[in-house]
Amino acid sequence: MTIEWEVVIGLEIHAQLATRSKIFSASPTAFGAAPNVQANLVDLGYPGVLPVLNGEAVRMAARFGLAVGGKVARRSVFARKNYFYPDLPKGYQISQYELPVVEDGTVDIVLDDGLRKTIGITRAHLEEDAGKSLHEGLGAHTGIDLNRAGTPLLEIVSEPDMRSAREAIAYMKKIHTLVRYLEICDGNMQEGSFRCDANVSVRHKGKHEYGTRCEIKNLNSFRYVEKAINYEVTRQVDILEGGGSIVQETRLFDPDRNETRSMRSKEEANDYRYFPDPDLLPLVLEDGWIERVRASLPELPDEKAGRFVGEFGLSEYDAGVLTASRETAAYYEGVVGALGGEHKLVANWIMGDLSGFLNRDGLEIGQSRIDAERLSGLLRRIVDDTISGKIAKEVLEAMWESGLGADEIIDAKGLRQITDSGAIERVVAEVMESNPRQLADFRSGKDKLFGFFVGQVMKATGGKANPAQVNELLKRLLPGG
Amino acid sequence: MSLHLKSAAELGRGIRAGEYSSEEVARHFLDRIDQGNDRLNAFVTVTAERALEDARRADAAIKAGEGGALTGVPLAHKDIFCTSKILTTCGSKMLSNFVSPYDATVVERLAAAGTVLLGKTNMDEFAMGSSNETSFYGPVRNPWDENRVPGGSSGGSAAAVAARLAPVATGTDTGGSIRQPAALTGLTGVKPTYGRVSRYGMIAFASSLDQGGVLAQSAEDAALLLEAIAGFDPRDSTSVDAPVPAYATQLDRPVKGLKVGIIREFFGEGLDPATGDAVQAALEVYRSLGAELVELSLPALPLSVPTYYVVAPAECSSNLSRFDGVRFGYRCEDPKDLLDLYTRSRGEGFGAEVKRRIMTGTYVLSAGYYDAYYLKAQKVRNLINADFKRAFTEVDVLLGPTCPTPAFGIGAKVDDPITMYLNDIYTIGANLAGLPALSAPCGLVDGLPVGLQVIGPHFAESRVLAVAHAYQRETDWHRRIPPAWA
Amino acid sequence: MTLTRRDVENIALLARLRITDEELPGYVGSLSRILEFVEQLSSAETGEVEPMAHPLEDQVQRLRPDEPTETDHRELYQRNAPAVEAGLYIVPKVIE
Repeated sequence: MTIEWEVVIGLEIHAQLATRSKIFSASPTAFGAAPNVQANLVDLGYPGVLPVLNGEAVRMAARFGLAVGGKVARRSVFARKNYFYPDLPKGYQISQYELPVVEDGTVDIVLDDGLRKTIGITRAHLEEDAGKSLHEGLGAHTGIDLNRAGTPLLEIVSEPDMRSAREAIAYMKKIHTLVRYLEICDGNMQEGSFRCDANVSVRHKGKHEYGTRCEIKNLNSFRYVEKAINYEVTRQVDILEGGGSIVQETRLFDPDRNETRSMRSKEEANDYRYFPDPDLLPLVLEDGWIERVRASLPELPDEKAGRFVGEFGLSEYDAGVLTASRETAAYYEGVVGALGGEHKLVANWIMGDLSGFLNRDGLEIGQSRIDAERLSGLLRRIVDDTISGKIAKEVLEAMWESGLGADEIIDAKGLRQITDSGAIERVVAEVMESNPRQLADFRSGKDKLFGFFVGQVMKATGGKANPAQVNELLKRLLPGG
Repeated sequence: MSLHLKSAAELGRGIRAGEYSSEEVARHFLDRIDQGNDRLNAFVTVTAERALEDARRADAAIKAGEGGALTGVPLAHKDIFCTSKILTTCGSKMLSNFVSPYDATVVERLAAAGTVLLGKTNMDEFAMGSSNETSFYGPVRNPWDENRVPGGSSGGSAAAVAARLAPVATGTDTGGSIRQPAALTGLTGVKPTYGRVSRYGMIAFASSLDQGGVLAQSAEDAALLLEAIAGFDPRDSTSVDAPVPAYATQLDRPVKGLKVGIIREFFGEGLDPATGDAVQAALEVYRSLGAELVELSLPALPLSVPTYYVVAPAECSSNLSRFDGVRFGYRCEDPKDLLDLYTRSRGEGFGAEVKRRIMTGTYVLSAGYYDAYYLKAQKVRNLINADFKRAFTEVDVLLGPTCPTPAFGIGAKVDDPITMYLNDIYTIGANLAGLPALSAPCGLVDGLPVGLQVIGPHFAESRVLAVAHAYQRETDWHRRIPPAWA
Repeated sequence: MTLTRRDVENIALLARLRITDEELPGYVGSLSRILEFVEQLSSAETGEVEPMAHPLEDQVQRLRPDEPTETDHRELYQRNAPAVEAGLYIVPKVIE
């Protein structure tokens, strides 16, 4: 008998908040500076210095809390998490423990079968990031760069609600979209601005209690999250089916080997001795302040997608794609706005040809070589029958390469659609005359040859003939007298 | 009258009036330090050149018609306050090589007031001690009897001012570290309300208890100095954003009609009878001035010492984690790995009492013990706080002894931490509740000073100082100088 | 509370303090006495009492404007550092 295993996953996402200065000091947070030039006395944990909380970090945390329908705490408390590590200058991390700033939120994810699933967010709390340890080129030593120390983090802790790596990815992407919509995190995973730890366990399907979990640390790409979870699930199932048991531990994902391994360094007698940080007072947020934050929230992706479906008549799928990032949605709405409608047409062009060019050149939509204004210029020419959709593809490519507007290219290349029915009729007559055999075959019942004549007419007009008119004329003239 | 017999306020007035220059005053005190410090070990660092520069600048300011009450007045800082370009050791081997790149707010404010820095004073290591015997730089001697301790942890500041090596000095008080040495050396020492004086640049021992203050010759001097260092500082989240009264101008408020609370728990077992008599005599002075004496009980107060010895070590165990041999301070020779770097740098860099407190604190915060020790202590702290709150609905100030006995002999209590800790039995309560408190000299027992403690409600520094000042107008205990140092 | 040598060794490791074999018995004794002393707290009736983390109960955390006003003082700050290379603080190799 084979046992069916159920996977249980919870994620702890660390989103670096996009403040200009650090959470407890006035050092800049810019990425990529020379080592330790952005580490001031507070970040270095110098004797006698004290933390002062950055209000913007708090506002960003509240934005997130409200966006996920969570409770923004009227009173929350900063605590010290004590442990020694060279990238942790004070020997403790200032975090929140018993009373976090956000509790009890949810987000919906869409599964592969199109069904929705709600994932619980247990809490989100503010804390400071640690520095970085560098091991390359220093021989028997490790070098410590504390530029990142003190960068504000929002740690977003989910419920163990996910049942597969795919669900975990969908959830993580959802949070990724959300934090960028809220403009609280740049979402740059390569620079570590958005990363997560995954808690993974397995249990017999139908069982109520959870299995022993392992925590996989520091996953900084969606692909790694998927691979790490899948590896970890296989590992745990193999152990259990072999009669073994899982040891609760912290594991590290090795992307070169595609496997997780035990982080023994984190295992030695960890007792964080959390206690309220006496250098900081309780964080108290007034109702009025919270309401002002709520009022400042942008339209969120789910609301926006709902509106795209309800008002614009887009499919759920299209609405989902177009709202996956705030930039894409803004682009879409920009084009639609300029055209005064044509929702489906615009959706198709953005999701089709434009995104093809973006992908080919590895660009984000915000970096597109054709902005929303230009794309609307092109689509307008389809709508007003100046060019056909087919010609438009050619124009789009020329726009992408040259940076010129649609009209300039249409004029320069003489791509304006022929709509003069007299002119089209002359071409149709010529085509019929020069293909007598095909004409005879058609007339004796080979209906399929209709397409051949359409093709010949389009070829003769360089694709510029209005396809609807061509169709109509051929229908009338081909059958003959 | 010789310059060192003058109070800080008098020196300031004399300098402004052109009776003597700040430079003359500075040289006088530097000479006294030169002659006396070997005996007392009150200073870790003497900043002679800096003092003369400061003094010349002060003289120039006076000449230009600028300057205030403290311009040109010399002082010493407890070596717990970070001073830029000057060694800041905190009495520890761990920081024996530490030159701070910045000034503490207290240091900055006193410099801005035109004071002259004579040097940095010795102290118990990281302010952990009540006798100044835990300093890496050796014990400080009490100018009243050089075989006795000056108290601690601000023992160097106390000895320096008592022997008039400096007219006034800064201190810090976590469980009595200003008041207890002030009492044992015959000084007026004030610990303001928690949050009154910025902790920025004051090396932390126990953050929820630490408060900067002053050791002075009189309430008048204490008021003058406190006025200069008090006030809001945006760099300290626990600093209170409230206006600072002009303490020195409010000293003459009468005590007639004042309701003075006498805490029954402060006069029980353990109080040396002669010390108790001196304090009782002081209370009679208040009665004669028209104050109403009310006896009352603060039942939770006897638990203040055990409460303190959970809370303070817990906070210190975390505060001192930053001393790890990586970015500043002592690092052991040839660490073989990271753990070795940590354990040896810290094991060798900290002294025995500091290690004891770090371990106590580590233990009471650790899994399985947090609730029984730390959380319990925080709750008892609330009971003690409630006792004080209730008391201040009935009375205006509380009076009692500062310490159970006069200064004890060097080495007398080093072997038993509990006996040493109990020396702070009357002072700790004010720290747990964050109250302003002061010790003023009120007698001599066998030639050794005894302190009277005045405790007020939050932010009532003016009242506490005025209460002490009223007593000092009637008595001259605060003018007594150790005979060997007159 | 009487601590054992093993207890004190564990605490010392957690606190990253090297305690020599000669020092150990002294700490076992004094730490045990301190814990015994503070255990009188258990006699206090604290049923519904809130823990007090801070002496000024009404004060709340102040918020700082988000302005990166700090500039680079690495050279000054690293003068106190025992070992620096290429702007990095140097420690023995860390194995993760």
